[in-house]
Amino acid sequence: MLNFSLPPSPAHNALIRAASERILILDGAMGTMIQTLNMTEEDFSANGHIHGPGCRHHPSDHPQKGNNDLLVLTQPQAVEDIQLEFALAGADILETNTFSSTTIAQADYGLEGAVHDLNVAGAQVARRAAQRAEAQDGKRRYVAGAVGPTNRTASISPDVNDPGFRAVSFDDLRIAYGQQIDGLIEGGADLILIETIFDTLNAKAAIFAAFESFAKHGQRLPIMISGTITDASGRTLSGQTPTAFWHSVRHARPFTVGLNCALGADAMRPHLAELAGVADSFICAYPNAGLPNAFGAYDETPDETAALVEVFARDGLINIAGGCCGTTPDHIRAIAERVAAHPPRRQKEKAVA
Amino acid sequence: MPEPMLRLSGLEPFVLTPDIPFVNVGERTNVTGSARFRKLITNRDYAAALDVARDQVENGAQIIDVNMDEGLIDSRQAMIDFLNLIAAEPDIARVPIMIDSSKWEVIEAGLKCVQGKPVVNSISLKEGEAAFIEQATLCLAYGAAVVVMAFDENGQADTLERKIEICARAYRVLTEKVGFPPEDIIFDPNVFAVATGIEEHDNYGVDFIEATRWIRQNLPHAHVSGGVSNLSFSFRGNEPVREAMHAVFLYHAIQAGMDMGIVNAGQLAVYDQIDPDLRDACEDVVLNRTPAKGTPTENLLDIAERYRGTGREEKQRDLAWRDWPVEKRLEHALVNGLTEFVDEDTEAARQAADRPLDVIEGPLMAGMNVVGDLFGAGKMFLPQVVKSARVMKQAVAVLLPYMEAEKDGGREAAGRVLMATVKGDVHDIGKNIVGVVLACNNYEIIDLGVMVPPQKILEEAKAHDVDVIGLSGLITPSLDEMVHLAAEMERVGFDIPLLIGGATTSKVHTAVKIAPQYQRSQAIYVTDASRAVGVVSALLSQTRRDGYIAEIRTEYDEVAARHEAAERAKQRLPLAAARANAMQIDWTGYHVPAPQFIGPRPVEDWDLAEIARYIDWTPFFQTWELKGVYPRILEHETYGAAAKSLFADAQAMLERIIDEGWFVPRAVVGFWPANREGDDIRLFADTARSATLNRLHTLRQQTSKRGDRPNLALADFVAPPGVEDYVGGFVVTTGPEEIAIAEKFEAAGDDYSAIMVKALADRFAEAMAEMLHQRVRRDFWGYAPKEAFAPADLIGEPYRGIRPAPGYPAQPDHTEKTTLFQLLEAEKHTGVSLTDSMAMWPGASVSGLYIGHPEAYYFGVAKVERDQVEDYAARKGMEIAEVERWLAPVLNYRPGKSPAMAAE
Repeated sequence: MLNFSLPPSPAHNALIRAASERILILDGAMGTMIQTLNMTEEDFSANGHIHGPGCRHHPSDHPQKGNNDLLVLTQPQAVEDIQLEFALAGADILETNTFSSTTIAQADYGLEGAVHDLNVAGAQVARRAAQRAEAQDGKRRYVAGAVGPTNRTASISPDVNDPGFRAVSFDDLRIAYGQQIDGLIEGGADLILIETIFDTLNAKAAIFAAFESFAKHGQRLPIMISGTITDASGRTLSGQTPTAFWHSVRHARPFTVGLNCALGADAMRPHLAELAGVADSFICAYPNAGLPNAFGAYDETPDETAALVEVFARDGLINIAGGCCGTTPDHIRAIAERVAAHPPRRQKEKAVA
Repeated sequence: MPEPMLRLSGLEPFVLTPDIPFVNVGERTNVTGSARFRKLITNRDYAAALDVARDQVENGAQIIDVNMDEGLIDSRQAMIDFLNLIAAEPDIARVPIMIDSSKWEVIEAGLKCVQGKPVVNSISLKEGEAAFIEQATLCLAYGAAVVVMAFDENGQADTLERKIEICARAYRVLTEKVGFPPEDIIFDPNVFAVATGIEEHDNYGVDFIEATRWIRQNLPHAHVSGGVSNLSFSFRGNEPVREAMHAVFLYHAIQAGMDMGIVNAGQLAVYDQIDPDLRDACEDVVLNRTPAKGTPTENLLDIAERYRGTGREEKQRDLAWRDWPVEKRLEHALVNGLTEFVDEDTEAARQAADRPLDVIEGPLMAGMNVVGDLFGAGKMFLPQVVKSARVMKQAVAVLLPYMEAEKDGGREAAGRVLMATVKGDVHDIGKNIVGVVLACNNYEIIDLGVMVPPQKILEEAKAHDVDVIGLSGLITPSLDEMVHLAAEMERVGFDIPLLIGGATTSKVHTAVKIAPQYQRSQAIYVTDASRAVGVVSALLSQTRRDGYIAEIRTEYDEVAARHEAAERAKQRLPLAAARANAMQIDWTGYHVPAPQFIGPRPVEDWDLAEIARYIDWTPFFQTWELKGVYPRILEHETYGAAAKSLFADAQAMLERIIDEGWFVPRAVVGFWPANREGDDIRLFADTARSATLNRLHTLRQQTSKRGDRPNLALADFVAPPGVEDYVGGFVVTTGPEEIAIAEKFEAAGDDYSAIMVKALADRFAEAMAEMLHQRVRRDFWGYAPKEAFAPADLIGEPYRGIRPAPGYPAQPDHTEKTTLFQLLEAEKHTGVSLTDSMAMWPGASVSGLYIGHPEAYYFGVAKVERDQVEDYAARKGMEIAEVERWLAPVLNYRPGKSPAMAAE
């Protein structure tokens, strides 16, 4: 069941071709865009009636404000409009608003029962935005099913006095990610994007789950894998160097490997260069709009971010560029304009198929 | 396309490049190969078991083999436990793991515990092709390389032919049916014991070496490994001979292409350094050569006894640091996360210290600071810091009994502190360190762990009746969580202090966002663990708490104000927009009495003793750099005595000033009918308001304002045409006499008195301004005839109306003094003149305008934009460049060609 003899999905080859020809653009931050809408508890929970597309109710006693993923059910138009803005700003790949749509992450909100609907709807909403954009300018858009790290770590103990303890197991994660990826595929995602990886073991569980889902669906979707370097040590939170990280995920034969979040483009550069030097997949980078200021807000202007990302392109480090926390449609537009002049990074080895 | 290479990883990458002739796989963490390790694992002595692993990595193992196949233990659980523990040891986890078991379920459990790319040891065709394919497929999905044993349905391959047959078949299945990357395949063609006395075994060494050669030549990119210690099984107990056999075997196998092996990295003889007799005997055995006489096995057995017991001691670890001073030893242990000696070192430090607490606050905190610095500099990373925290904890555990004993038995907690990492955040090292440090200082810690939802924090805080809540967070969304929790504490009615800490937190954020949400008590930012004890002890002290909180509150207000100002500075409004947001005073029905006179009038009836009663002494002490509010400053802990003596000297001189009439104060005050005209104030010659006398120009704030706060200009406080309003002006001076007096003191070498007389002259001038303003309100203008504030009450400016001075924040343009002095004929009446730079001479002088509306207040214009400067210059009839020169400190742009001019 788990092997690479499955046929690739239709989008697979199109993406590989496109990424070899030009630098593709990934969209920007959904979370910080949603923040600007200043939604209330009532907006998030649709006045206390959280219901999915089929009017299936997902009752929860927890407050839902801040549960951004829930908006694909309760405020789908708002999410779609943001995604459309990103698409029209130049994004080729739209991320679904499903970063935390796993039973593990939704447990905080008491919405474990809603994850299937969240992922199906998340993919559908992004697809609608993609179709609207395509209708306007005729350019093909792809939907990347976003798979976040969850809020637990499989290789770090949360208890300093009990280093052997784990708050979550590989199998817990595998099952949760499997549900998520099944939903994303059912909703029509073109790719699976495993992102903001701070513990590689979590990502490995997601890769495993993706393989299982692909086997179930009879075709293989392209996988994008994006790690996060969290601090000055230049390592992931769980302590891996970028190259060690690549070795840990290479078995996924990903469409792209790369970095996102935590650091701005400036600080990300050396780690991205390391990855680009060793990886034989395409490279994708979507940094934050700089480092957050004392208030957790991002100050880098579209021009500033785009200028830094352009350096990635100029130096031949990337095939896909986008933005993470704090990046707006203006940031994405600026990035798209700046990188357009540069050819994509050349594959180290032959394209991974 | 470059040669595919075996790429593994732990925390760090490992690539088997062609320049690496041989990869050492550490074998000591293998219960089947090490009796010591087996004992440690069956006794669950994981700390010592980890030391075994660490030693191997220190000794150069590039991969470590972990095997828990022991009948008496739950191998699967032992594999999980040990791999999870290794993951928390960065100096072990940096290398890749070889997950070694004969049971697939143990291997699979291990695969679920490692974040790096491991090697599975092993899978084989033993149970048929289907099972082999399934296991290989899973290895691929878990992301592991595999060791494939030369084993099939018919058993283990012993001869060269069988080895080749099985390896070739396995390679085909893996690469063609599973899609396994060939570079991730490592064959183990079975190392069997030689020199057993059984003839069929004699060629085992040669068979292995030749199979290796064939594999490397015929199965592209695949590797060859083997468990070397099997070879010398018959020489158990004679380590020197075993080591020599291994070295000889490896020497030849590596030449044939064996590029990996499970060996004791700490116990490996160097081929060249083996005694030639022994080496030759070993070589005969390994290579199955026929010696001159006897058999290879007999020969080796013969000489083996000569070498028994002469083996080298196990290579010593570098323990030079054990000779360092105890502080350095503790630092070394903290930085390197070593718990082995920490108990004895802590005890040594305790015996050298006065009190056990000194060890924590001294060497242990110093060591943790080094850890913090290295982390900040990127030279340590998180898992290492976690280990340091554990060493710290162990050291503190050594000290705790002594600290309790110090308290004469009865240990009563100094207070109860609840600690939590907020919802959505998993980072807790800092929180734990703070917890440890506080616990060491006799505070009871209720630690709720990580990802704690706000409801739970509040419930537990109530349930345990805690004295302080400490919140920690490392990622930015945690900041909002903290704000939210502060608001909840306010809403629910908490009144205990809230401590804020963690990497993304800041004093500014705490002051601006968190503290305002929680007015019932105070949110306090704690920079690091070392500060926590001081903060908590101040907060829980009956005597110090209120003062401390008041201090924090004042400081945070300032921080918030500075921040707001800085933020505002970033957002300027165009002049038109600022004007649209001018203060809208409702003038309907406004009536202010006409002043007793129009135009200037000198005021000469000054009584020095009376003026002295109006002196505000706080700025006097500031002049002498004693910061504090009079009269409390006289009782100040550290400089109260100095303040008292200074004040006594001032009183003595004051007495002489009054008695001997040192100063001759003079003043002028004037009033004019006035109306607002845009941002200016138009003054009329008489109450008919027919002829313009002059214009006072004012500047408007261009900062972007929050809420409904206006963009002020002084003109806003003056009534528009149609309402009878007035504006006044004044100049007061202590007179030029102080200058001569000060010079006299200086000449006599009494600098102290020279400064004193100047300081007092300044105070007199300020007091005169205050006193004159009161007379204006009561009599001259008379809009507050019944005002009855005592002189000391006036310091807070509780009265109606303001007296802004040109050159000060409400009107930063000094040149407006020219108009004022002209209107007042100030020089004629008071002797005060303006220098070229618009300073008043003599220095002990004060001037200003009088504005009488009850809603008027002092404000700062802050930075102004080019559009206002151009407009202002036109209104004043001055050159733009000249206005820019006078307003240089408040320009929010770089003067130069205006955009409009540049376009011409």
